[in-house]
Amino acid sequence: MEYRTSFLLLSFAQFFVPFLIFVSIYLLFQRFPTIAGWNLYEVAFCYGIIHIGFSISECIGRGFDSFSPLVRKGLLDRFLLRPQSIILQILGSQFEFTRIGRLLQSIMVLGFAIIHLDIVWNFQAILTLIFMIVGGVFIFIGIFMLGATLCFWTIEGIELVNILTDGGREISQYPLNIYPEGIRRFFTFIIPFGVVNYIPLLFLLGKIQTSSLVVSILYTATPLAGIGFVFPCIFIWNLGLRHYSSTGT
Amino acid sequence: MRYRQSNVRSYIAYFFLQIKQGLQYRTAAIAGAITQFCWGFMLLFIFQAFYQSNIQTQPISYTQVVQIIWLQQAFLAFFVLWFRDNDIFTMILTGSIAYELCRPIHLYSFWFVKLISARLSSASLRCMPILLVAAFLPAPYSLKLPPTMEHFLYFFLTLFLGLVLLVTISMFVYISTFYTYSAVGSMLLFAVFGEFFAGLIIPVPLMPLWLQKIVYALPFRYTCDVPFRIYAGHIGIPEAIVSIFIQLGWILLLVVLGRLLLQKSLQRVVVHGG
Repeated sequence: MEYRTSFLLLSFAQFFVPFLIFVSIYLLFQRFPTIAGWNLYEVAFCYGIIHIGFSISECIGRGFDSFSPLVRKGLLDRFLLRPQSIILQILGSQFEFTRIGRLLQSIMVLGFAIIHLDIVWNFQAILTLIFMIVGGVFIFIGIFMLGATLCFWTIEGIELVNILTDGGREISQYPLNIYPEGIRRFFTFIIPFGVVNYIPLLFLLGKIQTSSLVVSILYTATPLAGIGFVFPCIFIWNLGLRHYSSTGT
Repeated sequence: MRYRQSNVRSYIAYFFLQIKQGLQYRTAAIAGAITQFCWGFMLLFIFQAFYQSNIQTQPISYTQVVQIIWLQQAFLAFFVLWFRDNDIFTMILTGSIAYELCRPIHLYSFWFVKLISARLSSASLRCMPILLVAAFLPAPYSLKLPPTMEHFLYFFLTLFLGLVLLVTISMFVYISTFYTYSAVGSMLLFAVFGEFFAGLIIPVPLMPLWLQKIVYALPFRYTCDVPFRIYAGHIGIPEAIVSIFIQLGWILLLVVLGRLLLQKSLQRVVVHGG
């Protein structure tokens, strides 16, 4: 908080950077009324979910996102000595305040979408929405952990991991059915962004009608697969941790 | 602060030194090229979906959008505003700028050379692999040659002037560090609006008309929108010639303004650190 103007400008910028991306989507929809059968508000819903997930995970998962200094300077050794879960310690090590701006704008976009869409907000729909957001947060944290795990071998952070976080975020802000088969599969079964917005949205927006209760519960539960994504990540992280040998002086 | 008459040779020597330094970051360049390539494909798919889902004719064809997207990815290092030179920021924040002020050089020209050579070396490493691969892609996604040789010539000319113009614009970000002390915020804010008005987020012809009027009144589109659309054949030769004069006008204006502002901020410079 030493540089006040700078802090304000940064939070302000964190608001406007993604906001202008949304404005661009809005402007594109002025020229093209639909994209693969989805209108502006439906895409805005997709966008809102993924960006809320991203900004929350950036707030709490910052320790993993900027992990390479911990390895490079040997600071991780201190964490290893404490009788607490390493993952919890790293999650708690840093909290990024300026990301509030990004969170705020994504909530606004989601609100904008919800106002314009007529979804019946019964208990099941609300539960689906909550699962979608939680699932998104877990996927991003999982990717941050994978990127951090790489640091055990490379010491330096790897820029290519950004293809998965930033790229995945940009790709899945549109419904996945606009992409070719290969990309759609990758972002459904490998990095499962599709399960937290595209698939449950098919159900929420009534693009898929179902009378069977079991099927509708399955749709509500799909975002939980996003939480499941974090378990293999934790496993890989633990493998990396076992490999860790301190760079310390 | 002193403005001694300085010798052009020292700037040229510094230019080549910086280029050499920049060319060392080969691994980073490869990673960058791959990222840019993936990004380009993502945009191609999104625009393709938009074009295929709607039948009305658009002010710019999909093939032309494809050309613009590949050129953007290839020459990204020329035109992104968030590309920052940490040396200059550190100079201002740590106070080592005091040393720079003692040298018999003109600070504005010195920074200008530093920034332009950094962008040149970074882009020269990245553009070739992207352009080559993009040229050999299957039909709707491939990078084609411009419609005529004349378009090609005007593309190069406006691309070069666009780079010069962009560096004069980015100079204001560095100068603003004298006032805000940390450049990240002002940089991001400036970068995101600048890139938007330059047509890097959505191509200028796809913007609504009222917005295009604003875009045409600002300098940003004369950096990359003009050369890329000349290449794609979306801007004809007569308009290209007019654009060159507008580019020159903006460069002149911004250099004069930038020098004045730098001079002013150096008068009140506080050297941090002891």
